[in-house]
Amino acid sequence: MAVVTLTIDDKPVSARAGESVLAAAREAGIRIPTLCHLDGVSEAAACRLCLVQVEGRGRLQAACVTETAEGMIVRTQTDTLREYRRMILELLFTEGNHVCAVCVANGNCELQSLAAEQGMDHVRYPYLNPARTVDVSHKQYAIDHNRCILCTRCVRTCDEIEGAHTWDVAGRGTLSHIVADMGQPWGDSVTCTSCGKCVQACPTGALFRQGSTVAEMTRDREKLADLVTARRDKKWTV
Amino acid sequence: MDHDELQRIASVERAAAKPVEIRCCTSSGCRASGSAEVLKQLRSAVQAKGLSDRVTAVGVGCPGLCSAGPVVSTHPDGAIFGKVTADHAEGIVSTLSGESTNAVRIDPNQPFFAKQFRIVRATAGQIDPERIESYIAADGYAGLYQALQQRPDEIVADVTASGLRGRGGAGYPTGLKWATVAKMPPGQKYVICNGDEGDPGAFMDRSVMEDAPHQVLEGMAIAAYAVGANQGYVYVRAEYPLAIERLQAAIHQATKAGLLGGNIFQTPFEFKVEIRIGAGAFVCGEETALIASVQGLRGTPRPRPPYPAESGLWDRPTLINNVETFATIPAILRNGSDWFAGIGTGTSKGTKIFSLTGKVKNAGLVEVPMGTTLREVVEQLGGGTADGRAVKAVQTGGPSGGCIPADLLDTPIDYESLGKIGSIMGSGGMIVMDDTDRMPEVARFFMEFCADESCGKCVPCRVGTVQLHGLLTKLVEKRATRHDLDLLIELCHLVKDTSLCGLGQSAPNPVMSTLRYFAGEYEALLQPEEFARPPRRSTIPLTVV
Ligand SMILES: Cc1cc2nc3c(=O)[nH]c(=O)nc-3n(C[C@H](O)[C@H](O)[C@H](O)COP(=O)(O)O)c2cc1C
Ligand code: SF4
Ligand code: SF4
Ligand code: SF4
Ligand code: FES
Ligand code: FES
Repeated sequence: MAVVTLTIDDKPVSARAGESVLAAAREAGIRIPTLCHLDGVSEAAACRLCLVQVEGRGRLQAACVTETAEGMIVRTQTDTLREYRRMILELLFTEGNHVCAVCVANGNCELQSLAAEQGMDHVRYPYLNPARTVDVSHKQYAIDHNRCILCTRCVRTCDEIEGAHTWDVAGRGTLSHIVADMGQPWGDSVTCTSCGKCVQACPTGALFRQGSTVAEMTRDREKLADLVTARRDKKWTV
Repeated sequence: MDHDELQRIASVERAAAKPVEIRCCTSSGCRASGSAEVLKQLRSAVQAKGLSDRVTAVGVGCPGLCSAGPVVSTHPDGAIFGKVTADHAEGIVSTLSGESTNAVRIDPNQPFFAKQFRIVRATAGQIDPERIESYIAADGYAGLYQALQQRPDEIVADVTASGLRGRGGAGYPTGLKWATVAKMPPGQKYVICNGDEGDPGAFMDRSVMEDAPHQVLEGMAIAAYAVGANQGYVYVRAEYPLAIERLQAAIHQATKAGLLGGNIFQTPFEFKVEIRIGAGAFVCGEETALIASVQGLRGTPRPRPPYPAESGLWDRPTLINNVETFATIPAILRNGSDWFAGIGTGTSKGTKIFSLTGKVKNAGLVEVPMGTTLREVVEQLGGGTADGRAVKAVQTGGPSGGCIPADLLDTPIDYESLGKIGSIMGSGGMIVMDDTDRMPEVARFFMEFCADESCGKCVPCRVGTVQLHGLLTKLVEKRATRHDLDLLIELCHLVKDTSLCGLGQSAPNPVMSTLRYFAGEYEALLQPEEFARPPRRSTIPLTVV
């Protein structure tokens, strides 16, 4: 197998040809923040938190979709990148209605923990306070659009791992929203198998098991990637 | 179809032409102001006066001066009439026998017409866009015939040597793009013509599709032969019903004539074209979003690489070019790449169409050689402002472009020069502003457009444009402080540097260019801080140059 060597944050790193900068960094123990990336499904390159600087390239590159190359020099922690990541998180907090204190995912939310990790301690832009709905029509699960950050992890998980393709994105711009079966209440969806994979995939408190109360919604995201690996390699024992 | 047949059609058409022609514009602009009725009345006036044996009244494409529509011209004398109504028809026919008319005459020698150099729009306003014979009589499809006498790689080399660059906005070298697609391993490949044209105020591509649909198809066919594709798509927005109708008719006629389909000019080359109608989202003009839309998916961009040239429509190598780019190709094949490379400047060759709008006297379409200055276009062709006020700025490139102040109007129109002064060539929108236009409001208008048109996929563009619009609104309403201005600039940098596609990456341009040249107007709107704030410490520059 072809291997390339590159430098990430001054550390020499080797990677399999075709592997992403994100994967190579992780293997080398270098953490790049992500939100829309989910192990086991395709990339959306939508959250832009994983942006890094690659020497010789004019634009910042999303580490999740940038292929490693021989001799590449990558920086993941410049002042500008850190500032931009904080600003992107601020924008996400202004866009939805994120009231952590009453959220099922409090303490177990990727958005919340990234904000803490990246030092986003206050929001400088006005909150948009959109009027969004909650759909509790499904027997086991629910979606609270107020907490959705449109990462589309649920869409890709349902389509690519469960094969049901229940979810899609409708609308444009900041009016975009996740819909089941092209706009039906989730409970009426004929494609949904109630497998719960999308609920596992969601980084925030948007998708949750019915009956969860504040801070109760925990997840087991590795299961999704384990499932994909097991299917691919035909290895079902751990 | 063979070469003799092509020439036969041309000579039959030329022989059938009457010595005198009355040409009435039937394209969108004039159609909206009633040109269909004008043409009908012109025809009956010709008949009523018993002139049918030497005079015809024909519908033609747009001669360009749309603000004076409906436009009628007579040939060979070259007289032009504007704002023609059905009542003027008889009078215009009478002018052929030397009588006078109360129809408004337009000076055919004014700079608006005289200073243009038409390659893409050479036949616009001259021929009937709804008849293939009319196009063939004007040397139509001769370029395709010539292309098929050469090897595909020779065509790619020709296009490269011509120096043509993409007219869709970015100015990517067309020959290089063709070469990339041509070099992909043989197999299914596609050609796509991008006719989405979503910039507010731009209608160059609409007019090319309406006025010369066959020229677009001919360009696409030449491209398909050069890169090894057998299937093409024209992506047009549903708001362009006439363009769709004429393209559809043109595809039908060309297929019937054997100029599309199989065995073209008795060679093994085969090429089919279909139209795909878009719902009119600006982002669907972005090539990867457009491809998703053609596939029936949600029109959102995806990260590149891979570029469409490598993996595009249904993951196949795909050549995607703009309408105007394709429509330039036949002339390059007919006249040679040296001829084309001799027009324009060192790095920007050929001509560019602009849709001149805003506070300009002669609003409409102009085609000028690259290197023409903005001043020539605005003051000579455009005739300055309609009411004689001072030109304050010219906006090029629409929501992705910038405002150029009046003192830089001597800048030549080429990709690099416009880029250097903070704007872009764009696809050809040119909006003239006078001293009553307020720049922060102009910036807010474009930001509102971008926020509405953002596809919503990536965070900086989806939320950033909304916040930028909010900050600009606060500013325009005189509620903003210096702190807000700093936030605005910082956010511009974020959206520009981190968005996924060109829409977000260029959305801050109208703000940044107006801040660069008209900072005083922003400053004048600022309010004092309510309380003392510590100065901002940001690693992101709080300047825009
Ligand atoms: C937001 C956005 C909108 C665009 N709209 C158009 C358009 O309407 N027409 C067009 O030809 N190109 C448009 N483009 C550029 C296309 O992505 C692509 O570069 C172009 O069609 C390539 O053709 P060219 O090389 O002939 O210019 C747009 C790009 C972006 C980012
Ligand atoms: S529960 Fe399973 S099938 Fe239903 S929407 Fe979620 S992932 Fe798709
Ligand atoms: S519901 Fe959850 S997983 Fe789905 S897009 Fe929203 S935040 Fe992402
Ligand atoms: S920059 Fe805007 S239009 Fe482009 S992908 Fe991101 S959200 Fe969509
Ligand atoms: S993780 Fe790469 S853009 Fe979201
Ligand atoms: S549409 Fe008739 S002159 Fe332009």
